[in-house]
This record gives sequence, C-alpha cells and structure tokens, in this order.
Amino acid sequence: MTGVMIVLIIGALGVIGWIIARARATRLQAEVGRLATNSRPTQHGWYVALWTMLPAFAFLAVWANVMPSLIADTVLATPAAQTLPVDDFSRNAILAEAQSIASGSQAAAFNPQATELVEPYRAATLRYSTMGAILAAILAFACGAYALSRVRPSFTARYRVEKVVMWALLGASLIAIITTAGIVASLVFESMRFFSMVNPLNFLFGLNWSPQSAAMGYGNEDAFGAVPLFWGTIFIGAIIAMIVAIPLGLMSAIYLTQYARPNTRKWMKPILEVLAGVPTVVYGYFAALTVAPALRNFAASIGISNASSESALAAGLVMGIMIIPFVSSMADDSIAAVPQSMRDGSLAMGATTSETIRKVLIPAALPGVVGGVLLAVSRAIGETMIVVMAAGLAANLTLNPFASVTTVTTQMVQLLTGDQEFDSAKTLAAFALGLVLFIVTLLLNIVALRVVKKYREAYE
Amino acid sequence: MVMPDMQSSAPKMSARGVNVFYGDKQAIDNVSIDVDLDHVTAFIGPSGCGKSTFLRTLNRMNDTVASARVEGEITLDGEDIYSSGMDVVQLRARVGMVFQKPNPFPKSIYENIAYGPRIHGLAGNKADLDQVVEKSLRRAGLWEEVKDRLNESGTALSGGQQQRLCIARAIAVDPEVILMDEPCSALDPIATAKIEELILELRGNYAIVIVTHNMQQAARVSQRTAFFHLGKLVEQGPTTEIFTNPREERTKDYITGRYG
Repeated sequence: MTGVMIVLIIGALGVIGWIIARARATRLQAEVGRLATNSRPTQHGWYVALWTMLPAFAFLAVWANVMPSLIADTVLATPAAQTLPVDDFSRNAILAEAQSIASGSQAAAFNPQATELVEPYRAATLRYSTMGAILAAILAFACGAYALSRVRPSFTARYRVEKVVMWALLGASLIAIITTAGIVASLVFESMRFFSMVNPLNFLFGLNWSPQSAAMGYGNEDAFGAVPLFWGTIFIGAIIAMIVAIPLGLMSAIYLTQYARPNTRKWMKPILEVLAGVPTVVYGYFAALTVAPALRNFAASIGISNASSESALAAGLVMGIMIIPFVSSMADDSIAAVPQSMRDGSLAMGATTSETIRKVLIPAALPGVVGGVLLAVSRAIGETMIVVMAAGLAANLTLNPFASVTTVTTQMVQLLTGDQEFDSAKTLAAFALGLVLFIVTLLLNIVALRVVKKYREAYE
Repeated sequence: MVMPDMQSSAPKMSARGVNVFYGDKQAIDNVSIDVDLDHVTAFIGPSGCGKSTFLRTLNRMNDTVASARVEGEITLDGEDIYSSGMDVVQLRARVGMVFQKPNPFPKSIYENIAYGPRIHGLAGNKADLDQVVEKSLRRAGLWEEVKDRLNESGTALSGGQQQRLCIARAIAVDPEVILMDEPCSALDPIATAKIEELILELRGNYAIVIVTHNMQQAARVSQRTAFFHLGKLVEQGPTTEIFTNPREERTKDYITGRYG
C-alpha cells in the first residue's frame, strides 16, 4: 500500500515541478524575450519533472531490493528470534512463514515460533517501508528543488531532456538484446551439462533417438542420436512446407503486384496476411483433425498400406499454407521495389507481361524472394504446435511422406512437459536441441537479412 | 489547328486529331503530326505540356497507365495502331523507345542487348545472337568500350554508357521508329554530346522522335521541330524555320526564353 502511495506522491511532485518550472520559465521568457532564452518553457518543465522523479524512482528500486535483508536482520536481532534453530534451512522457513502471515497471505502458522515473529516482522516492515518512502520523497523534493533553481534563460534544458530521451530509448532497445543474450547463456549452460553426459558427436550424428530408454537406465551413449529429428524437421519444414509455400506465395505475390486491379489488391492482400495471424494451434487442429485423416484415406485408396494417421505430409502441407503470407509479402515487397522503369523498358521492347515478369522482374527481385524464403524456412523449422499435433512422435528416418516423423520442436515439448527431473540427460537433451535450433535459425536469419540488404542497395 | 505540311512521300507515322485523357483530365488536345523516315523530329515545350505523353501514345506505352484513354487516329505505315487488329507486342518491336533515365536491366551487357532479339526470336543460334549484339553495340558507339566485358552487369556502366546501352538494346530488334523521351536529361554534357552524335549517325536508318527540354539540343539534332504548349501542338515545321522565324507568338516567346 505504501509502495503505491509513494509512487503516486513522487509522480505528483513531478507534475508540480513541471508546472512550476514551466510557469517560471514562461515568466523569464516574457522578461528577456524569446530569442534570449535557450529552451522553451515546456522543456524546462520536463527537465524539472525528470529530475524530481528519476532519482527518487531509482532510489525506490534499490531500496525495494535491499529492504528484505534489512528487515530480516532486524527481526533476527529481536529477543523472540534468539530461540530459532541455527541451521539456515529451518530458520529461513520460519522467517518466510512469519513474513507470509505478516503480509496477510497466510492465516495461521505451521511452526509455533513463526507466530512470535509476526509482530516484529510487521513492525520492521512498516519501519523500513516508511523510511524508504520518506527518503524517496525527500530525494524527489531535493532534486526537484535543485533542478528548479537552475531554470534560467541561458540554461540548456532542451539539450539535457533530449539526452535523457536518448538514454531511455537506448535502454528500451537494449532490453531485447540483453534478453537474447540471457536466452543464449541459459541454453549454452544447460547444453554443456547435457554434453558432459552425452558425447556431442553421438548427439549430432547418431541415428537412434530413444530418450525414454535412456531414462530407464539403458545408458546414454546411443539413445540420443538426433539425426532422425533433424531429418524430420527438414523434411516437414524445409521441404514439404516449402514445396507448398514457395510456388503459391510467389504466384500470389505476382498476381497481386502485376495483374490484380488496385481494388482487388486492396481486399485480397489483407486477407492473405490474416493467414499469418491465425494462432498456430488452430492450424494444428486443422492438420490433425482434417488434413491428416484425409491424407491417410487418400494414401490407403492408392494402395499405400502403411500410411500413418500422423504423417509428415499433413504437417508439412498445413505448415506450407501457414508460411504462404511470409513468402508472398516478402516477394510482394521485392517485386514492388523493382523500379517501374525496368518494367517499362521491357514492355517497350515488345515483351509481354508474363515475359517481363519471368525475365526481368523475378530475376531482379530474386534476392528479396530468396531472403523471404529463408526467413520462412527459419520460421517453419522453429514452428511447434502444428508438428506437435500432426507430425507424431516416432523418430523415423524415412523418405515416405505418409509415414510419421518427428521434429526437434516436438521432441523438446515431449522432453520438457510433465514432471521432469532437471538433472537427467533426457531433460537436458531438450536444451541441446534448442541450442541447435537456435543456431540454425539464427544463421538462416543472418543470411536472409544480408541477402535482402545487399539487394536493396542495388537500386539506391 | 495547325495542319501538317504536305509531304512528298507517305509519312512513317502519322497522327490525326489525337486526344489523350488521364481520367477526366485532358492531357493532349487535338494533335495532328507526321513523322518521317530519315528525319529526326524534336518535340519541345515547357514542362507538363504533354510532349512526353504524346510520345508514349506512339508505341502505346500509355496502355500501362490504367486511367489513360486515347482518341483519334495514329497510323504506322498507314495501319491504325489502336485498331483491334494491331498487336501491341509487334508494334513495340517496330517502334522502340529510350527513356529519360537509363534503365538497363540488372543483367549482363550481353543479356541486355540479347533480350529483345530473344523474345522476338530474331536470332536462330548463338552465333547469330553474338552478331546482333556486336552490331547493335557498334551502332550505339559502345562496342569499343565494352567488348571485353560483355558479361559484366549493365548497371555497372556510367550513366552515359547506360543510356547508349539502352539505345543499343532498342536498335537490336531492328525497329523502324525510335522514340526518345528526354534521353539526355540525366546525363552530363560530355555524355550528352556522345548521345547527340549517335542520334545524328542513326538518322539515316530510323525515324527518330526526340522529346527534349533543351532547345539547343533540338536545334542541333533535329530537322523538324514541333512545339507543344498546354497539351496543344502550337507549331511545327523545319527546325531552322521554327528557331529563326516562328509564326506563332508563343513559340517565339518560348524559344527566346521568355518562359518555360
């Protein structure tokens, strides 16, 4: 409660500082004239408001992290705490219980000793949070007053506010990068643990994938050959899906950019792009409940007896449909980026529209199209829900599209869902698979972006 | 309306009462003009006067603009090019075009020239095609500069070379008429001089129509000049006459630099 209050108070101080600074700067500007002042009144207002709020919020953030240990120390120093057990584990358990009761999230104590600590806990919490709030308010007031004292015609508030904005934006963009680095670090760390149990070469080149048998104690070395998974992923995501998505995506992009009338394009393009917004789990249902049985019946009718109800083809086809918007919108952009003068040049030579498309537009747009396809592949091999629902679990190394295959992502879901122990090779294998997937998609993205960028430069 | 001068022989192309509309807006108003073989015809006039629009009606490039509509009659060797019997692909093979900004395809120099002969099936085999490419590049005065790097990209050439490549590309399909839409406006003076020289050399073999902003250029390269203003053809005649003794006040004002 005090936390919300103090944030509101500091915010209010900031608003007040903004109003006062602006008023003062307006008065000063009226005295000395607009040209003699460096910054506009509003900029002075922002300068003071930022000075009021930022240091105080920074202090609160630090305080919130320091406070629990300060409270714990105070509680431990009380006479009631002297009878606590010495070992850390049970002492911390009792303290945690006292804290839960003090904050009201638990009604009664399991350890009788905890009850005695509730009152000291409450008192200490109140004391430190009040102290923090008062310090933060004083800090806000002092910094605001300092900033207010600097409002003068020659003061460069504009420049300083711009600086803060720049740092804030930089911080925002760094968050994504830092998160990526964190993801990589955790993947690498867990993968190292896995590779200390299983030889990386056996993992990357082994042909037999049976983590369940490894979990049941039949030894690790031969159970984690991931090649069937890699093959399944490539078969579904990079081969079957692309056989569907590349021609359809490219042709729809050509239709939309070259043949469709503006009105047709206006409603058709958004509808195509809606495909990209359908949750993949919906595609998964479609693949598992509609496409897969239909394919099995079809396979049976043409005499393929061992067709599985969960087939690579079903997952790949539906994934291909899902990927169409990625391919078509990249192809659309790069065809549209080919200058009109190329098209005119070709038509003026007496080429037909389709000759122009085949011989001039597509070759000129090819790098962009290739980039789009690579991005689509990286999206397809990382896709999870469709393959979990439609591709099956059997790690088969097969070329038969009607057979059941499994993919990297499917296996990761299998390995990590349910109650798992986090120190067995079976669970850790998921991280190693994730690392491989991450590296492959990262490389695909880098190559794709480079290809696209190189092409863009050609016309500018 | 200014009637075209009487010709001794039948004109290569002739336009009668041509109107062009973009949507509701009329861009060309009742233009009649003849284009002769052996002549360079220059279209001059201030920006937006419709000279480029009119040029593009001569090979039906306005077909690519959805809102454009052409009225009147334009003939090539007496045949109406807007009649339903006229194949626009054939028409453009016979009436070539060079654009304002050099627009070589992002292919090799060789492929740029070979593009037209290939789509029209003009060369039976590789040797024929090589010959067409060499002949076209020679005619465009580019052969000596590029003969050792035919496989390099056409876009890697300088602006002036690119424009000559586009001219070579246009003559590779052996057109009868070449339309040039301000071919030198994106080029420096030296490259411009080369193109003008080239136009003079090509004069004997093709009917050439050139749109230009530059009156000195019109005076240097053309034998006949047509002055457009606000979508109308104000005056046409032998270039020397237009420049030394224009009949119309507006032509005189434009040529002496009073506006435009």
